[in-house]
Amino acid sequence: MIDDDFVKALLEGRDFISIKHRDDCLTLDCLPDSLIDFCKHLRDDQTFDLLVDLTAVDHGEEADNRFQVVLHLYSLIHKSYLRLHVACPDNQSPCIPSLSSVFPAANWHERETFDMFGIKFTDHPNLKRILMWDDYPYFPLRKEFPLAGIEVPLPAADVAEVTGADVDPAPMMGGPFVASGNGRMSEAEPRAKDESWTEESEKPL
Amino acid sequence: MSTTVKEVQIGDVGAQAAAHADGERMSLNVGPSHPTTHGVLRLLMELDGDLITRCEPVLGYLHRGDEKIAENMTYNQFVPYTDRLDYLAPLANNVAYAITVEKLAGLKLPERCEAIRVLVCEMARISSHLLGMGVFGMDAGAWTPFMYTFTEREKLYTLFEELTGARFTTSYTRIGGVARDLPEGWMSKVEKFVDELPKAIDEVEKLLTRNRIFLDRTEGIGTISKEDAIAYGLTGPNLRASGVDLDLRKDKPYSGYEKYEFDVPIGTKGDCYDRYLVRIEEVRQSILIVKQVIASMPGGLWYAEDAKKIFAPPKEKVMTSMEELIQNFMIVTEGPQVPAGETYFEAENPKGALGFYLVSKGGGVPYRLKIRAPSFCNLSILEKLVPGHMLSDITVILGSLDFVMGECDR
Repeated sequence: MIDDDFVKALLEGRDFISIKHRDDCLTLDCLPDSLIDFCKHLRDDQTFDLLVDLTAVDHGEEADNRFQVVLHLYSLIHKSYLRLHVACPDNQSPCIPSLSSVFPAANWHERETFDMFGIKFTDHPNLKRILMWDDYPYFPLRKEFPLAGIEVPLPAADVAEVTGADVDPAPMMGGPFVASGNGRMSEAEPRAKDESWTEESEKPL
Repeated sequence: MSTTVKEVQIGDVGAQAAAHADGERMSLNVGPSHPTTHGVLRLLMELDGDLITRCEPVLGYLHRGDEKIAENMTYNQFVPYTDRLDYLAPLANNVAYAITVEKLAGLKLPERCEAIRVLVCEMARISSHLLGMGVFGMDAGAWTPFMYTFTEREKLYTLFEELTGARFTTSYTRIGGVARDLPEGWMSKVEKFVDELPKAIDEVEKLLTRNRIFLDRTEGIGTISKEDAIAYGLTGPNLRASGVDLDLRKDKPYSGYEKYEFDVPIGTKGDCYDRYLVRIEEVRQSILIVKQVIASMPGGLWYAEDAKKIFAPPKEKVMTSMEELIQNFMIVTEGPQVPAGETYFEAENPKGALGFYLVSKGGGVPYRLKIRAPSFCNLSILEKLVPGHMLSDITVILGSLDFVMGECDR
């Protein structure tokens, strides 16, 4: 049972974690340095052995701790989820220890998080991009990355040489995208409706 | 004079010869466009004769940036994108997404809405498993079962079309309800379908379940141990076939699943054959659930009535009443209003646990929406599972894992 006693026992003697109040499941804040040991404890002693999800949230360039890694563990015994928040200490080159030695499932999740946010996982056996191609220069889920994308060279250099093609941003005209993600939609709308260009007339540089 | 007969499998001889012939390794690409990969999965393999020594899955060929897209549109606008995750069970994805947002909004839905959602989820499961079984048979060399299962799927699609207006991309749920009530007489058609379905499943079972060739190709192949299945985060039928009793419909009931009686089939060995058996039985259990839902379908509304800032009012009221017109306008322009916070919800989808991790900073647009795709996690075990198998086992292993790249790459 996940009750107050359970939480109290879990917190005792561990000043590197603190509890956060969330309605849906037990949520703990954990310092990156103690993450691996704490996860081993959760897996071996507390039956939270199924890593269901590992991802990150980008809180924007102004935030103190911009990147926050979020883990969800599931216990088959307690029939309950547990959420771990890990704040990445450095905004410029975010980095936390890799969990792939504790949960093999973390391997791909961490590759995806690295691919999308540029968070480095130290001691990861194979930290390379998983959804984008290997030489892709940006981290698309960071907040400053534009929805339409940024022009980049074609992944296949030999094809690019012959055709002169590159990867273009997607046309936004007529799309349903109308908001920046924070703030009211009606205020955000004029910004997205960039009518200075269409599919027919090129986007001004 | 007595003769001794020694059973020799041809594949073994080749593998042994290759193992001793001071191996020159060959690399082989399967995919990204190859019939066994069911989409655009690419497997980079290293072969020693016919024996696979290394396998590296390469993903991302179908990556559309769904999570980025979600951050730039209102909650309801994202519903059609969920159709395109696991596009073999779009209704189940719609429901899982809607429940996530409703969970954060703290919305309580009327019983009828929940029952409709269970009904469509189970129909989606039947549809997805029918495809999974049919194609699995085809991967193992049996064409005919595929024809039987696709005939049944076609009937299901006709029912989906009548309900949602689309065969494939259903977009049936809205945040706080469903798009429309069940059409008149629709439930009796569903009932007729589920009454006839067991006969078709029996036919498929006659063709496959005790088929010698099918057994030879699937039994003992692609065995996943209980420990590995948990360590690699497998979910759904693939996890249950390995003997782990985890079904979120039972363990974390949502949308009123606790009201229905059904069994959760569990495998013993975790090989390809077990995964097939689990799916067959799940279809039979889904039929039972569908029948129970139809028998006990409650009356009332199919949307949350008190959710004025979340669910758009019925169209006839929008056209005639000022207040409803404003309400509709606000929901369309601003999006359903969801409080700030975070939540994680997983639904037991046909392919496994489809999870959504939603972070909201208030307003009508998600701040972050992470899609935890079951196919993505299920495929991560390939690196460990495939080495040691023969090249010809690849088709069977991939077929038995029953994945969808649309959901894996997002």
